[in-house]
Amino acid sequence: MEFVVEMLNIRKEFPGVVANDDITLQLRKGEIHALLGENGAGKSTLMSILFGMYQPDRGTIKVHGEQVKIANPNVANKLGIGMVHQHFKLVSNFTVTENIILGNELKKGFVLNIKEAARRIEELSKRYGLNVDPHAKIEDISVGMQQRVEILKMLYRDAEVLILDEPSAVLTPQEIEELGKIMLSLVAEGKSIILITHKLKEIKAVANRCTVIRRGKTIGTVDVATTSELKMAEMMVGRNVTFKVEKEESRPGDVILKLEGLTVNNNKNVPGLKDFNLEVRAGEIVGIAGVEGNGQTELVEAITGLRKAESGRIMLDGHDITRESIRGRIHKGIAHIPEDRQKRGLVLDYTLEENMILQVYNRKPFSKRGILDKGAIRKYASGILESFDVRSGKGPLSVSRSLSGGNQQKAIIGREIELDPGLLIAVQPTRGLDVGSIEYIHKRLIAHRDRGKAVLLISLELDEVLNVSDRIAVLNNGELIGVVKASETNENDIGAMMAGVKIGGDQ
Amino acid sequence: MRNLIISLCAVLFGLIGGAILMAVTGHDPIEGYRYLFQGGLKNASRFGDTLATGTPLIFTGLSVAFAFRTGLFNIGAAGQMLFGGFCATVVGLNIDTARPLLLLLMILAAIAGGAVWAFIPGLLKARFNVHEVVSTIMMNWIAYWTIYYAVPAYLKAEQIETESRSLADKATLRSPFLSDMFGGSYVNLGLFLAVIVVIVIAFIINKTTLGYELKAVGFNRHSAEYAGIGVNRSIITSMLISGALAGLAGLAQYAGNGNNIQIGILPSQGYDGIAVALLGANSPLGVLVSALFFGLLYSGRGFMNAMTEIPPEIADSIIAIIIYFAATSVLMDRLITRFMSKRRSTMAATAGGKEKV
Repeated sequence: MEFVVEMLNIRKEFPGVVANDDITLQLRKGEIHALLGENGAGKSTLMSILFGMYQPDRGTIKVHGEQVKIANPNVANKLGIGMVHQHFKLVSNFTVTENIILGNELKKGFVLNIKEAARRIEELSKRYGLNVDPHAKIEDISVGMQQRVEILKMLYRDAEVLILDEPSAVLTPQEIEELGKIMLSLVAEGKSIILITHKLKEIKAVANRCTVIRRGKTIGTVDVATTSELKMAEMMVGRNVTFKVEKEESRPGDVILKLEGLTVNNNKNVPGLKDFNLEVRAGEIVGIAGVEGNGQTELVEAITGLRKAESGRIMLDGHDITRESIRGRIHKGIAHIPEDRQKRGLVLDYTLEENMILQVYNRKPFSKRGILDKGAIRKYASGILESFDVRSGKGPLSVSRSLSGGNQQKAIIGREIELDPGLLIAVQPTRGLDVGSIEYIHKRLIAHRDRGKAVLLISLELDEVLNVSDRIAVLNNGELIGVVKASETNENDIGAMMAGVKIGGDQ
Repeated sequence: MRNLIISLCAVLFGLIGGAILMAVTGHDPIEGYRYLFQGGLKNASRFGDTLATGTPLIFTGLSVAFAFRTGLFNIGAAGQMLFGGFCATVVGLNIDTARPLLLLLMILAAIAGGAVWAFIPGLLKARFNVHEVVSTIMMNWIAYWTIYYAVPAYLKAEQIETESRSLADKATLRSPFLSDMFGGSYVNLGLFLAVIVVIVIAFIINKTTLGYELKAVGFNRHSAEYAGIGVNRSIITSMLISGALAGLAGLAQYAGNGNNIQIGILPSQGYDGIAVALLGANSPLGVLVSALFFGLLYSGRGFMNAMTEIPPEIADSIIAIIIYFAATSVLMDRLITRFMSKRRSTMAATAGGKEKV
């Protein structure tokens, strides 16, 4: 069997952690090979080594059977290895063509030959069914399209091996499906793909083989067709997992949050949420289902105070908090797991322990008369990090930026739950996380409910909303389409409601 | 630790660069440096002058560093210093009371003057998102022309049109005790004030909830807002403190090292404060040390010039080179990393070799 790329016995150590320990990955020509692992298992490190961004401490890399040394990404490009990063590296006010040729410009003397480049890009786009307009500006095209531009960039550079780093994390379900088709057409043309992901569904849908790594070690390489999702999930987390969320029937108590005729403007200053009414009771989880951009952001920001309500009332425990400050709301018992952990959730340049007191630094015992008590802070932070299993190099003293996304998320969730809020607002709490972490976070949300608190869950993952919530409110175009009991509905009904069809209606 | 290495490397490269410049222009670098350092350290009097020259730089450096730690780039230390010094001079010339009280009033005037001058850019930033670099530079020139008008109009000296009347000795930071101790140097109480302020600022930045808030806003205003911290209030507070520090530099300069205020000069200490902060890696203690080092270069260059043919501009060039290296600390950081990893890999290789044997 011919291998295009072989990474044999790779070891890479960072101060304090062994990121890769004797990992082997062999990529056959013309296959889609999934690389599966939890957050922080070492997937990104391994791929960064293949792409020349890190040098392995031990082990060898072979391309087409020949041993190579990949000193930097340019060498990787020359060897025909291309990578699509999770966060795109595109200039937003350049056109597709300009972005693709950047750094590899086609020149006629001193003048750029954009036309010829655009023609080639169009040709490539047709051949692989990418359907990209070479003259469109990046800022005008969708995220899914931008991803295709990144793929085109590699094809333009004649890449034979394509590394896709969590490509579906930023895509809508339809876009994910199309991406799958694109990948299949790429391998049909003889390309080979390494797909980094922790979404088992996608692996099942497109991949031929799958290498599973856990805590920096290879667990094994399996044939996807003959291996069940459950089996792969177990290999990844190293224990039995259940996809079904275990929970008891909810016992709703008093109304904690009551929204009355809430109207909130979006960034374009027109109503993004219109005349919205909802009640969330103690001891229940209310899920908000809806396609992205249908008023979820406006809803959450209005409740937390980050955005002002144009009209309507927000009642918490029977008190009107519509005009309350953000801090005031936190004090009254609202905690918020924000959608964007790096923009809002953490001060990335602060240490973990500094981030753990973000809302409570001015309370006793963390400070007295304006002076911080480092001892109390350390104790509090260590407690959270331990109980939420946040893994980092230097514990509470780690700079938050240095943590993997999953661990950053666990730290935020730990911090918010530790506030023991009457109302916990969880926005996309498991976005980009692996099976093990998702399971864990769902358990913590349910445990919070079982302590008699209210939880408002906003998620774009329909499975999550259906599995975790007790009641589901469906949003479409800023309006409440209906509220249904999770136990009495299914994916199809909710999907129809998300598209604007009114079915339920009673609370 | 790493910052310390970077700063020391910057200084070392600056001195090497200066040596090359001296050699190229046909002078003896060793002789040049001998006189440069002798000029700043040779005896008690010269050492005292070095400390005094460094004092306003401690304040302006601290001003820039504090703003920077909270995410603001205060280019306006010069204007804040000028206006703070002006306010202190007005108090010193017009109020006659017991010395401790008078000095206290002057200190408060300098703080208020500098703070007011920085408040405006702070407010503009908080309210209208006007970038503070632009507004602080404009405030510098507003201060320049305000002083240009106000000093001749209200504080004019008997003969000289271009400066204010001299302050009485009791209305300055001068201390005969200190001057005697340092052989007649003009070192003054400003130095003690500077050290106290360094400690206070270090305390605020590292130990208080105020420092925690201001840094959080500086690092990421979105998450600060999310956590309920008043972002706009923090920006203004931070500018007020930064401006107050620069105002104290005005006090140290015009009512300490000197005893009157001149028109037509935007104090160079304002911009030097940026260099001091850079070299001091924005830490209060680092600022203290780097300000005194700059003071040494400034006070030694006159002596070097007098004793050799080397032009004083060489000292300025050394400072400039140091700033370049301190400013490119990212490059330095990379160099250090490469150096360390090379050493580690050779060590690992030898260790690995031994294992096999």
